[in-house]
Order: sequence, then C-alpha cells, then structure tokens
Amino acid sequence: MKNRITDLFRSKKGEVLSVFYTAGFPSLNDTVPIALNLEKAGADIIEIGIPFSDPVADGPTIQQSNKTALDNGMNLRLLIEQVKEIRKQAKVPIILMGYLNPVMQYGVKEFVKDAALAGVDGLIIPDMPLYEYEEQYKDLFRAANLCNTFLISPTTSEDRIRRIDAVSDGFIYAVSASSTTGAKGDFTSEQVDYFRRLQGMQLNNPFLIGFGISDRSTFSKASTYGAGAIVGSAFINLLKESKDQKKDIEVFVKNLKGN
Amino acid sequence: MNYTVDARGYYGKFGGAYIPEMLYPNVEELRNNYLRIIQGEEFQKEFHGLLKDYVGRPTPLYYAKRLSEKYKAQIYLKREDLCHTGAHKVNNTIGQILLAKQLGKQKIIAETGAGQHGVATATVCALMGMECVVYMGKVDMERQRPNVERMRILGATVVPAVSGNMTLKDATNEAMRHWINHPTDTHYIIGSVVGPHPYPDMVARFQSVISDEIKKQLTEAQGNPFPDYVFACVGGGSNAAGAFYHFLEDEHVNLVAVEAAGKGVDSGESAATTALGKPGVLHGSKTLLMQTDDGQVIEPYSISAGLDYPGIGPIHAHLFDVGRVKFVSATDDEAMNAGIALSRLEGIIPAIESAHAVAVLSQFEFDADDVVIINLSGRGDKDLETYIRWGKY
Ligand SMILES: Cc1ncc(COP(=O)(O)O)c(C=O)c1O
Repeated sequence: MKNRITDLFRSKKGEVLSVFYTAGFPSLNDTVPIALNLEKAGADIIEIGIPFSDPVADGPTIQQSNKTALDNGMNLRLLIEQVKEIRKQAKVPIILMGYLNPVMQYGVKEFVKDAALAGVDGLIIPDMPLYEYEEQYKDLFRAANLCNTFLISPTTSEDRIRRIDAVSDGFIYAVSASSTTGAKGDFTSEQVDYFRRLQGMQLNNPFLIGFGISDRSTFSKASTYGAGAIVGSAFINLLKESKDQKKDIEVFVKNLKGN
Repeated sequence: MNYTVDARGYYGKFGGAYIPEMLYPNVEELRNNYLRIIQGEEFQKEFHGLLKDYVGRPTPLYYAKRLSEKYKAQIYLKREDLCHTGAHKVNNTIGQILLAKQLGKQKIIAETGAGQHGVATATVCALMGMECVVYMGKVDMERQRPNVERMRILGATVVPAVSGNMTLKDATNEAMRHWINHPTDTHYIIGSVVGPHPYPDMVARFQSVISDEIKKQLTEAQGNPFPDYVFACVGGGSNAAGAFYHFLEDEHVNLVAVEAAGKGVDSGESAATTALGKPGVLHGSKTLLMQTDDGQVIEPYSISAGLDYPGIGPIHAHLFDVGRVKFVSATDDEAMNAGIALSRLEGIIPAIESAHAVAVLSQFEFDADDVVIINLSGRGDKDLETYIRWGKY
C-alpha cells in the first residue's frame, strides 16, 4: 500500500522539512489554513499536535499553545474533521502527534481507523510504551496504512534504537538533546557526536532531527546528518506573533530551506 | 489474588511506564537497580537505622479510648503524625535519598502540594548534604507559606510552577520536565505511589514499614496481628499503601481508603478519583484519572492540599477494581469537623488529610470488639491557618 510518508522518503533524500504546530492555535479554525499555507510554502511534512492538559515533554512555548488551543475548544474529534478539510486540498503527508491519554479516551482502534480515513499518514505518540505498540497496536497501524514514529534521544541505547528501528515505519524522530521542546542555539559537539553515531548505525529507517531546530543554520546542519529536521517551537512563536499568516509562513519556510 | 506489581510494573490493568523516550534511561536505571539496592543488607541497615534514630520510629499505635467510646469499637491511631517533619512522607524520602546516593546522583528534585513531601525531601537533602530543588504550584505556595519557608530554611530552592492551575499536578509536570532536562546527575523523589514503574512499588515498599509495625504492635496489644479494619486517606495513596501493604493477603482485614469529596462528590469541586475517574494515563502510569470525555485532566479540589490530586496510584486503582479495598469519601466539612472532634476527644490535632480518615467512621457499623486502625498520616501544625479560617471550634 502507498503511504505519503514512505513515498516522500523514497523520492527525497535530504533536507526534508517537517513543521509542527498545535491544532486549534492561535485560533480554533487556524488548523486548516496553516497546513495549506505550509504545503504551498514548501514544507515536506505537516505535523499537527493534539493538545493536552499536561504536556510533560514540552517546554513553555508548546505548553502555552496547548493551553490556548484547549481554551479555544479544540478536541480530537474536531481535529479529525479539520484533517478531512486539509486533505481535500493538500497532498502533503500529515502526521498527528500527541500524548496517549486523549487518544486512549477516543479509543486507540477507533482513532487509528478515523485518522487513516481522514487522510492522516502517520502518528507520533511519545508516551506510548514500545512494548504496548509491539504487542497491541502494530498490526492495527499497519492494516490502516499508518506510519508510527518513535522518539530516540542522546541517552537511548544502541540496542533500543535497533529495536525501535525494527518496528518503525516512515522515519525515526531523533530528539537532538536530553531536553523538553523549545528553540535553542547551535548544536554542541556532544550533539554532533550523537548525530554521527546515528548516521553510522545504517538504520532501516531515515531519521529526522527535532527539538531546537529554529533557523536555516540549525536546519541545514541537522540535515547533513539526518534526512532532514523538524521545526516546532520556533514556528509556534511565529504564529503567536503573526498578523499575516500566509506571508509569514512563506517567508519562514523559504528561510529554513535557504531560498 | 495477587496484589503485587508484575515484572513490567502493572497491578492488573494499571501501572506501567508511560513516559517519553527522554525519560526512558532514567526510569530504566531505577527499574534495573531498585530492588537489588533496597533489598541489600547494607541499605536495610542504614534505612532502618535512620527510621529509628532520625524519624523516631516505630511510631506509637495508640489506643484512642474516648474515640473508641464514641464509635463503639476498639480504635487505634497509628501515629505517623509523630514522625520527624510531621507526616509519613519522610519514610519514603529517607529510602529514596539512600537509593539516590547508591546510584551516584548529586542532585535531588521533588514536587510538592501541601509542602509536606517538599519539607521531607528538603530535610533528607540537608541530612545528606545534597542539592535540593522542589517544584510547588504557585497557588499552593501562597496557601502553604510556612512550609515554603521551612523548605528554604532547610536549604532547598523552591521553584513556583506557573503552568495550568498552579497546584500539585502542575508541580509534578514541572519536576518531570526538569528531570528530562537533567537526566544523569539528578534523582527525582516522587512523593506518593504514583509515577512510572518502579516508583509506585518503590514508594509502597518504603511506606510498608507502617503496616509492618502495626502487625507487631497489635500482636503485643491483643495477641494476634490482625485488625478488623484499616482506614487511611488517599491523595496519591502512599500512606494508605503503607498502612495496607502487609494486610493485602489477609482478606479478612477490611481495608478502607478515604478520598476527598471536597464540596461533595457531585459538586464539580471534588478529588474523589474512584467515584469520578476513568482509566487514563498521567505522570507515567495508567490509572484512574479525573478527566473530560476528551481526555483532558480535570483539576481536582479539596480543602486539603495533600489530597488535591486528579489521580490515584495504580496499586489503588487495581485494589479498587478487584474490590480488595473499599473506597469511601469525606467532604471538606466532614473532615474539618472530624479534625476538631479528634482534637477535643484525644488531644491530637490531625492534618486535614488525615482528618478525612477519621471523618468516615460514622459511615460504618462496627461490632463493639472490632479492632479499627486509623492511619493518622500527619499532624495539623501545617493546617493551622485552615483551621483558623474554618473557625467553627
Ligand atoms: C499528612 C498527609 N497525609 C496524606 C497525604 C496524601 O498523600 P498520600 O495519599 O500519598 O499519603 C499528604 C500529602 O501531602 C499529607 O501531607
């Protein structure tokens, strides 16, 4: 079966840009136009965050966007509807990313089915245990043709990275540092060593580097080691300030891609 | 029936380790080492030595004569309120700081609601000469100012949690974020039987000294170790887990957990998790959780900051699920009245958390010779302000 994420990595070998933002932020109905503008501006993957009341892996920027989105009335059912809207007009791969609890309350089975039908290509659920995915959900995801992406961090052991690689579809999300989300400065030499180590492992899946990717310099550096990178907090900061999303998104993506 | 944790950290359907990958190595390090370390002879010697000489254990099992007359039963109070720092919380912090030292950690972080766990953590950090950072909701810092200053006197840094409703849940989020950002040199001392495996099991083991002592003390008092009832309040559930632990297999012992009903279970301002919660995932474990249909965690309410938590430890979710423990609740008013009543009847001003356990006695019909244990988890000093504001005494 065809999946937009696996197709993308087959055809594009470097500088894959994935942009993350929170559904329902800054306004409830911004989810759809932001995705369409990102695709037009040249983003390769759209990652939409499912807001949660207790985002423990996130720094202040994404925490705040979660809170605003929930205050705006965002929820998972509405997000599925918004994805359907996006999919009517866009071909870009769409990933939903969020904490397990809202997905669990929706029902993991129902969610996988509804997300796939709406046109979602992959999921990232950072607090879903690897064993639970392997034993309970892997077949379900594969039957629905949804990629599942796991995170790895600089402290993840080689054995565990190989185990994650074996059950991943699409790509692996390499968190750049032992940290919560949030834009930071340049990479340290330890981070570069970690990227090189990953590069040397000859994994089955490509990896995208995320956390702390904020500008052209960090994006292009990350892309020399991984297949590309994921930008989140920096984009959310832009949305928070933006008076003209269409134009600002275009400039933001162009700058990241260096053209 | 099996009430202990399985190899993966589950109690029946509940428990596990639902954590982002950035926390995996920290938690894995604990999981791989905690039993080996805490079951070691050296550790046990040091742990029990400190419990005896520093905490003041064993705490008395006191026959409460006037309370017994009132409820027509043989009521004993397990006096955790007489522990150094004023609550059972220190049993756990002593255990965890010894473990942290064995793991070579230099820094300690903790979350706190009422401030009791924060004070107990700051205390053991002073004792061991370790750096201590305590996260506390900004709202709780205002409600529990004396405990904030106690932590500071003890040398801890108290960091206000300003996300969410700025209470215990948010302080826990902030402590977890801190741990993600400091994965190697820092140990996170969680204050209850919550969090990812192995925390619930580890904390329950450290607190199990409570029921171990009750058994010995009852044997001395009545010739056999078994009470008919054990009552304990439940926030996250650590004092209850400790008071129930060695009775779990003795099915003839009635175990009663008391949740905070706040202004009433159905008032919308409550922390009665088993009455209002559904299975969900928060702070690293699958447990019963107060939440919306959409899976957003609901902010709980109780007059007692220590019970003001939207979940319960997974061991309690399981004990509730299989019916081994009976869960009841007491409202703010019932708890405050019980706190005043205990003060008048026995000369003991309880923590408002513990007063919840006293408050439900009237919901039970005891036989005159029933032996009833109430785990008096803490003393009321920290709650003086709340008693004064309550005013009805
Ligand atoms: C005196 C006292 N009792 C009970 C609790 C509730 O915690 P747990 O349910 O873990 O015993 C607290 C928490 O702060 C407390 O201070």
